[in-house]
Amino acid sequence: MALNGLQVDDGIVDEEDETPSKLPRCNKEMPGPFGSDHQNEAAAAAGRAASERRTSNPSARHRKDSVKKTRPPFPWFGMDIGGTLVKLVYFEPKDITAEEEQEEVENLKSIRRYLTSNTAYGTTGIRDVHLELQDLTLCGRTGNLHFIRFPTHDLPAFLQMGRDKHFSSLHTALCATGGGAYKFESDFLTMADLELHKLDELDCLVRGVLYIDSVMSGGPLECYYFENPTDPDHCAQKPYPLENPYPLLLVNIGSGVSILAVYSENNYKRVTGTSLGGGTFLGLCCLLTGCSTFEEALEMASQGESTRVDKLVRDIYGGDYERFGLPGWAVASSFGNMMSKEKRESVSKEDLARATLVTITNNIGSITRMCALNENIERVVFVGNFLRVNTLSMKLLAYAMDYWSKGQLKALFLRHEGYFGAVGALLELLHPS
Amino acid sequence: MAECGGVDSNTTSHTMDKSITLPPDEIFRNLENAKRFAIDIGGSLTKLAYYSTVQHKVAKVRSFDHSAKEAASDKLYEIAVQEEVTARLHFIKFENAYIETCLDFIKDHLVNTETKVIKATGGGAHKFKELIEKKLGLKVDKEDEMTCLIKGCNFVLKNIPHEAFVYARHADSEFRFQTTNPDIFPYLLVNIGSGSSVVVVQSEDKFERIGGSSIGGGTFWGLGALLTKTKRFDELLQLASKGQHSSVDMLVKDIYGGSYACLGLTGDLIASSFGKSATADKEFSKEDMAKSLLHMISNDIGQLACLYAKLHNLSRVYFGGFFIRGHPVTMHTITYSINFFTKGEVQALFLRHEGYLGAIGAFLKGAEEDNPNQYSWGENYAGSSGLMSVSPDMNPMQRARSGTFPFDMLEMDRLERQLVNLPLLQDPSSYIPDTVDLTEDAQAREYWLYCFEEALDGVVKRAVASQPDIPGAAERAEKFRQKYRHKLQTLRHQPFAYGSLTVRSLLDTREHCLNEFNFPDPYSKIKERENDVALKYYQKAVKSLEALSWEDRQFALVRGVLAGNVFDWGAKAVSEVLESNPEFGFEEAKRRLEERPWLVDSFDQWLERLKGPPHRCALFFVDNSGVDIILGVMPFVRELLSRGTEVVLASNSAPALNDVTNSELQILTERIAAMDPVIESALREDRLTLVQSGSSSPCLDLSRLDKVLAMVARERQTDLVIIEGMGRAIHTNYYAMLSCESLKMAVIKNSWLADRLGGKLFSVVFKYEVPVGKPH
Repeated sequence: MALNGLQVDDGIVDEEDETPSKLPRCNKEMPGPFGSDHQNEAAAAAGRAASERRTSNPSARHRKDSVKKTRPPFPWFGMDIGGTLVKLVYFEPKDITAEEEQEEVENLKSIRRYLTSNTAYGTTGIRDVHLELQDLTLCGRTGNLHFIRFPTHDLPAFLQMGRDKHFSSLHTALCATGGGAYKFESDFLTMADLELHKLDELDCLVRGVLYIDSVMSGGPLECYYFENPTDPDHCAQKPYPLENPYPLLLVNIGSGVSILAVYSENNYKRVTGTSLGGGTFLGLCCLLTGCSTFEEALEMASQGESTRVDKLVRDIYGGDYERFGLPGWAVASSFGNMMSKEKRESVSKEDLARATLVTITNNIGSITRMCALNENIERVVFVGNFLRVNTLSMKLLAYAMDYWSKGQLKALFLRHEGYFGAVGALLELLHPS
Repeated sequence: MAECGGVDSNTTSHTMDKSITLPPDEIFRNLENAKRFAIDIGGSLTKLAYYSTVQHKVAKVRSFDHSAKEAASDKLYEIAVQEEVTARLHFIKFENAYIETCLDFIKDHLVNTETKVIKATGGGAHKFKELIEKKLGLKVDKEDEMTCLIKGCNFVLKNIPHEAFVYARHADSEFRFQTTNPDIFPYLLVNIGSGSSVVVVQSEDKFERIGGSSIGGGTFWGLGALLTKTKRFDELLQLASKGQHSSVDMLVKDIYGGSYACLGLTGDLIASSFGKSATADKEFSKEDMAKSLLHMISNDIGQLACLYAKLHNLSRVYFGGFFIRGHPVTMHTITYSINFFTKGEVQALFLRHEGYLGAIGAFLKGAEEDNPNQYSWGENYAGSSGLMSVSPDMNPMQRARSGTFPFDMLEMDRLERQLVNLPLLQDPSSYIPDTVDLTEDAQAREYWLYCFEEALDGVVKRAVASQPDIPGAAERAEKFRQKYRHKLQTLRHQPFAYGSLTVRSLLDTREHCLNEFNFPDPYSKIKERENDVALKYYQKAVKSLEALSWEDRQFALVRGVLAGNVFDWGAKAVSEVLESNPEFGFEEAKRRLEERPWLVDSFDQWLERLKGPPHRCALFFVDNSGVDIILGVMPFVRELLSRGTEVVLASNSAPALNDVTNSELQILTERIAAMDPVIESALREDRLTLVQSGSSSPCLDLSRLDKVLAMVARERQTDLVIIEGMGRAIHTNYYAMLSCESLKMAVIKNSWLADRLGGKLFSVVFKYEVPVGKPH
C-alpha cells in the first residue's frame, strides 16, 4: 500500500491518485551539492525495479520516477523534540549495493553502525527494538526503521555527538518537529553546525499516524483496543483494523495533551488541549514520592491503591448517588481524602503515585469524551509517550470511554505510541508537502 | 461531584471558645418568632436559615371624614405609626467550629414551639445530626444537596437584583454586576466542592446533572496539603496568591523557546502542569507549587465547564462551591480559564450569596406550604452583611468590631406586592435602572458617600422630630446613625458589598436602616403640613392657568411641575432653604428655575406633539408630596384629562423621604376632586386611576414594579410614560428606553451633579423621547 507516494513492501499498490499538494516535487531545502548523480542513480535503479515489480499503473510509475529524482541523500532521520523526550526515527537502508558501500563516506557509515549496533546510547538514550519496522520500502529503498528516544535535557550531549561524528559534513537536511525544533534551532546551528528544517508538530503527528497504520496492515496490526474494558477478568488487547479511519479523534498525550479531530489526511483541526498530561503525572509523582523516572513512577503506581487517596462517591453517600446515576466506586474527589491529616499520614507513596496516575488519566478521558461529543466523533485514538508501557492508563481510558459513553465511544491505541511526530518529520524529508 | 462531603473538622476547626456570648441584636435576630429552620453544613461553614415574622412600625394614613364640612378639623389626614407584622428570611453563616455555641444560643432563645423539624443538607449534615437533634429537640430531615442548591440559586437569581457578577481583577471595578434578566433559564451551574458538578437548570423544577469531574476543591486542598504541608484551605490560597507558577509548570515557551504561533498558543501558556518538577532536579517553593496547582485545577474545571456549555449551547455559567466562595484568587483563575477556552463567548458568573444557596434551598423545601415562590422578596440592606464580610483579608475592620466570631448574614423581606417588569420597557434584559454605577466611577462614589455622610445628622434630627410622642426615639435614632454610618464605611472600602453601588442603593440602604430602627416615616409631619398648605392654593393655581392662552398654558404647566419639584427634602441644597425659610413659595421656586433653553430641552417637540391627537393613556410616576404633587403635577394631569387622555398616577407603596405615598395621594386626590369637577369626573369615570408602584424607594426600578401597575398599564394601552424628579428621572431611568413616548422632568438640586451634567444648580432636564421607528 502506498501512501504519499511511498512504496511499501506488502506488494499492494494504492491506485488512488494523490492530491497535488502531496505530490513529491523538487525540494528547495534539499542540499544541492550533495544531491549527487551517483546517489540518484542507485536510487533510480531500485525505484524502477520496485515500481516494475509492483505496479503497472502508468501514473504510479510516473510518481516513482519523480521520487527517485528528488530522493534526498542518506542519512534519513526524522526528529521530534518534545518537552520531555526527544524522539528519533532512523531509516537504515539494507539494500546498499557494493558500489554504494564503497562510495559511502566514512561519517555516514559510522553513524549507521553506531545507531544500529547499539540499543542504548549514553545513559539515557534507548532504542525501542520491539518497535523496529523491518524490510520497509521507503522512497524506493528497502531497509529498517529504528525508533530511538532520549530525554530532552540530554540534547546537548546528542549535539556534541553530532559534532564529534561530523554530522554536518553530510550536508543532509535534518527534519525536526516538536517545540524543541524551534527552541534549540540555534543550538543545532552553533553546536553542531546543523540547519534544522522545522516542521509543525501536529502536521507531522497526523501524517505519521496515518503512515504507520498503513504500513502495518500486513503484519501485526498497529492499532488495537481492549475488549470487555469494563470487565477486568475478560479485558483483552485485540487488533483493530483501522481501514477507514475518518473521522477520528487523535489524542496525543505527551508532557501536555493535544486533541485533534482528523477528517482526512489533509483536513484536521486541534480541538483543544490540556496541560494535565504525562509531564503532570511525572512531575507530581516526583514531588509526592521522590521518584525520578517515568518507569519508577509507573512501577510505584502499579503497586498502589488510589482509593485510599481519593474520596469516592460511596465515601460521601455511603453507596451510589442514585439521584444522578453515580456509582459508589466513582471518584468524587481526586485526592479528596488528603484533606484529612490522619489519612495523609496513612497513605503510601505507591498509593499517591497510583492516585496521580488515575487522576490524570481519568481527566484526559473525560475531556476527550466531551470533545468526542462536541465533534460528534466516535473513534478515539490515543497516542503519545505517556502510554508507553502504561497498560494501567490504557485500560483505564478504555474503561472510562466505554462506561461513561454507555458503549458509544471506542478507545484505540497504537503500538508506536510516541513516535508518530518523528515519523511524520521523516516523511516530510522524503516527500515534502 | 457535589459539595464537599464530610471533610474532617479537625482539618479546619479552631479551638472552640465556649465563652463567646452572642449579641442577640446582631446575630440570630427575631428568634422568638422563628419557625421553619433549615441548616446546610458544609466542610467548613454552617449556614442556618429560618423564617420569622418581624413586628415593626409602619406609617398608616388615616383620613378624616370631610363630608360634613364644618365638623372637619384643619387636618387633612393623620399619619399614625402602627405595628405591623411582616415576614423575613434570616440566613446566618459561621464556621463549623461554632456550631455548638450557636445551637445552644438558639435553644435558649427559641420561643415558638410549633417547629418540629429542621431541614438539613450539605455533606456535614449527617455528622451533626445527633448534635442538632439533641440540642434543639428538632427532627433532622435530610434534603438532597443538589436540589437545595438549585432551588436556592433560582431564588436568589429571581429575587436579588445584582446577584450575579463577572469578576475582573484588574478592571476599575473588580465586580461587574449583572442586571436581572427576567428570564433566568436555562443556565449552567458548576459547583466546585470537593469535586465538581455540572448541572444544567432548565426551569424552576427541572434540572439535570450532566457531568462533573473528580478534580475540584478537594483536589486542590488534598494535593496542596501533601505538597506544601499546609493544612488549611485559606492558607493554601494565600500561598498560591504569592507564588510563581512558571517555575513549576512547563510553559509553551519552555518547549518552543517562544510562542507556538501557528496555533495561536502564546509562550506563557502552560503546556504541562508541574512539567518542570518532572525534569528539573531542584526544590520548589510552597508558594510556587500552590500557584501551579491552583492554575491546574482552575483551568481544568474551566475547560470542562466550557465543553459542557458548548455541548448544551449555554452562555450563562454560574460557578459556586467552597472552591469559589468569594475567594478573589479562584474567581480570577476560573474567569481566566473560561475566557481562554471560549475566547470570550461564555462569561464566568459568580453569585453574591453563593454560600447560602444550599441553606436557602433547604429552607424553601421546608416552607413549600407557605408558597414562598409566589411572593417577591427583597434583600434587606440593613440586616445583610454584604459580600466578603467574613473574608479575613477583605474586612479586618468588621471582624474586630463584631467582637464575637466572624459571621455573615443575609436577610430578605417578603414584599407586600409581587413585583414585575414594566411592560413598556424596550428591552427588559438590557434595562439598567441606575444612571451612574458608583462601583466603577470612583470620583462620583467619593462624592456621594461624602454627601450621604454629611446628610446623616439632618436625617437623625428629622427622625427624632417625627416621633415626639414615642419613647426611645432619640436612642433609636442614634442606633440608626451608627448603623448607617457603618454601612457607608463598609461601602467606602467595599463598594461592591451589595451589588452595584448607586445613589439609589445608598438611598434604599438608608430607608432600610431607618425602618430597622422603627422610623418608618420621618417626614410624615412635614408632608402633612405641606399638603395642607398646597391644597389651599390649588384652585387659585388652576384658575390662573386657565386664563392663559393654550400655548402659554402648556409652558406654564411644565414650569409648574418643575417648580413643584424644587420642593424636595431629599436634596441637600433645598432642604437647607426649606429649613431656614418654610415660607419659600411656589413663585419663588419658579423664579429660581433656569430660563430656557434648559440643560436638556425638548419642550418644543413636546409642544408640537400636544398639537396632535391626545394620548390614550399616560402613566405618571410622581415624586414629592405638597406643592409638587398638588400645584405642579395635578394641574398637568388635569390638562391631560381635558385632552381626553386617561391618566394613571403611580406613587410609592411605602414612605421614602417626602415622596407622596399611594395612601396619601388617595386622600389628596379626593380633596382635589371635591373642589375640581374635572378631577372629580375623571375619578368617577375611572379615567384617573391611582396605583401603587410597589416600591418604597426615592428612586425607581422599572423592572421591579407592582404587578397591578403593570397590568393597568397594559390594559389601558399606555402610550406615554411620565417620570418626574431627580431620584426617578436622573439618578435612575435617565437612559431608560421605553417602547412608547416618554417624558422625563426634573430639576437638578445638587450642584455636584449639575456640574457633572454640565449645568448649574436648578438646571432643568426636560427630556421628551419618542421611540425610534414609532413616530406618534
